[in-house]
Amino acid sequence: MNVQSVIKTFLLTELLTGLSVTARTLFRKKVTINYPEERTPQSPRFRGLHALRRYANGEERCIACKLCEAVCPALAITIESDVADDGTRRTTRYDIDLFKCIYCGFCEEACPVDAIVETRIHEYHMENRGENIMTKDKLLAVGERYASLIDADKAADARYR
Amino acid sequence: MFVQVLFYAFSAVLIASALGVIVARNPVYSALSLVLAFFTSAALWLLIEAEFLAIVLVLVYVGAVMVLFLFVVMMLDLNTTSLRQGFARYAWLGWLTALAVIVQMVGVFWFRGLGIDATQGAVARSAEVSNTRELGEVLYTQYVYPFELASVVLLVAIVAAITLTMRRRPGLKPQDVAKQVAVRREDRVRLVKGLGPKAKSSGESAASAEEGQS
Amino acid sequence: MADLLAHWDSLPTYLQSTFWILVVTVVLILSVAFTTLWERKVIGWMQLRKGPNRVGSLFGLVPGIFQPFADVIKLLLKEVVIPSASNKWLFRIAPAITLVPAFAAWAVMPLDPALVIADIDAGLLYVLSLTSVGVYGVILAGWATNSKYAFLGAMRSAAQVVAYEIAMGFALVGVVMAAGTLNLGDIIRAQEGGVSNWFFLWLFPLFVVYLIAGVAETNRAPFDVAEGESEIVAGFHVEYSGIAFALFFLAEYANMILISALTAVFFLGGWLSPFEGLLGADSALGAPGFHWLFLKLFFFLTCFMWYRATFPRYRYDQIMRLGWKILIPVTLVWIAVEGLLVYFQVGPWSR
Repeated sequence: MNVQSVIKTFLLTELLTGLSVTARTLFRKKVTINYPEERTPQSPRFRGLHALRRYANGEERCIACKLCEAVCPALAITIESDVADDGTRRTTRYDIDLFKCIYCGFCEEACPVDAIVETRIHEYHMENRGENIMTKDKLLAVGERYASLIDADKAADARYR
Repeated sequence: MFVQVLFYAFSAVLIASALGVIVARNPVYSALSLVLAFFTSAALWLLIEAEFLAIVLVLVYVGAVMVLFLFVVMMLDLNTTSLRQGFARYAWLGWLTALAVIVQMVGVFWFRGLGIDATQGAVARSAEVSNTRELGEVLYTQYVYPFELASVVLLVAIVAAITLTMRRRPGLKPQDVAKQVAVRREDRVRLVKGLGPKAKSSGESAASAEEGQS
Repeated sequence: MADLLAHWDSLPTYLQSTFWILVVTVVLILSVAFTTLWERKVIGWMQLRKGPNRVGSLFGLVPGIFQPFADVIKLLLKEVVIPSASNKWLFRIAPAITLVPAFAAWAVMPLDPALVIADIDAGLLYVLSLTSVGVYGVILAGWATNSKYAFLGAMRSAAQVVAYEIAMGFALVGVVMAAGTLNLGDIIRAQEGGVSNWFFLWLFPLFVVYLIAGVAETNRAPFDVAEGESEIVAGFHVEYSGIAFALFFLAEYANMILISALTAVFFLGGWLSPFEGLLGADSALGAPGFHWLFLKLFFFLTCFMWYRATFPRYRYDQIMRLGWKILIPVTLVWIAVEGLLVYFQVGPWSR
């Protein structure tokens, strides 16, 4: 230990440097966003709650190809299919377990008809057991309710696809 | 009147806690009873306006000595059954000590009964006199040699305790904090040229850290 | 008003003391509540955040002002869980043992030139002994919980407090040498006559040592190894919940306020005005009073938070080294220097 470092130690210079850093930060502009009133910008690609979409004429997009079920890394999607009354191939069951889902967006990427999408909705909650399973009806309901939002996001992202 | 009530109340607590020290089965309880005993005797001293002694008793014995006592008692996790094994065999020694103490105390009270004042010359001073100052004046004039002797004895005890515990054990690798603090970047990091994947293109030098304790 | 004052003076002293004890206790508890808020605010600002700003506001000015009350109500309503393997009795009384000394020490604090609850001669020793008693609550809590984390925290705290108490005591020896008395009010009076007579100038090394030892004594960051979240979860109060935990919290903050006030009294002239001698004693700024003590206290209290927002936690062996091998020698050297100054009557001792 040389004399210089001894002097430095006993004058507490490094402690004072640290204190001055925090003291200066004290007066800097704060970066906090007051969440419910203020929000950070969200990307159109935001991956939140899932939705199943319909065509403009009201027909379900999903053709029960089960690509999403196959690609899902968390095994969160369960699909059963049958022939519908009009002879088309439709899902009879389309469940997403939100507790298993890791919101990776692979289902969205895998879908050939853009049926399953992840919306920008991230404020949702469950109050009872079983509500974490998004059934086909619930997913379609989300898709109908936020149809314009989803369409706008898809249009905004279309340039890059 | 009020002072007397206080005196008897504190004395009762003192006797109870002193009994607790020797009766409690759990050594931690014994130590805690001792703390309570110190506190109540400090309170008794306060009643006779010996505030300096009372506060120093709490400061030294409760604040420092008993903390370390508790520390040790809690750490050791004493096996009380093995401690109690030779109890009956050595009981006579305890009885003898108790007898000696009783004889001494009876003696003191008996002498006082005879009219011989053992506390000769002790006069109660008025509350205005700071007994801290009084103590200091007596301690550093009349009793300065005994005081210095006691200090030297304590110093010897400190040195002895340190030498007993500071023996060098082989194979031990303690950290030297002073050395760790004094380390500079140059002591640990050596910049080597011409190594690493990017070395040729960018002329970057890779750093290799020297591992190990100083 | 004059009637009321006359009536007040006719009251017996024990009633007056009881009144002031009640006032000090209530004010102290309230200031502890707001200290928690202030700490969260200051640390938030130092981390570029806003701190708590949701619970209430004072005319839209101080958002989050009622946060402490929300916290207290939450803690009061929570269950106090007592571990089945713990020593139930000691587990219950440990929080009280920590709390009592932190409040009792205020008895000798000179709050105002005219106001001390108990003006005792050995006031400094009284304060020192009470701050050292506070560690019992921590040790007992750690032992009674019967958990290894709690026990480790308690052992660390015991060793640390005993070590830093010595440095603290030696720093105060310097103050006593300069003031020539153990009475806190007289220590302040010995610093009369402007800022240049305040002890922190001539006893600067002791002042710094006292600041550091004070932080260590209250187990605050960067000396908070007794809690050490990253190693021993929460240390001695791992198993405490609800209001029992709140009592530990209360004691910790009351101790912080106490140490800040003591630093102000010992080194910055307590209730003395910094403009003493420059402005007249009858002018608003020149007169001594509680507000000056409060300002100094508030500064040191904020320093506690400042340290917490700045310094990383010490390693345990480094704490011991700092206490025993650095702070104590520094105090010893400066006491010797001070002895020489007194002997040759240099500086303030020339009077």
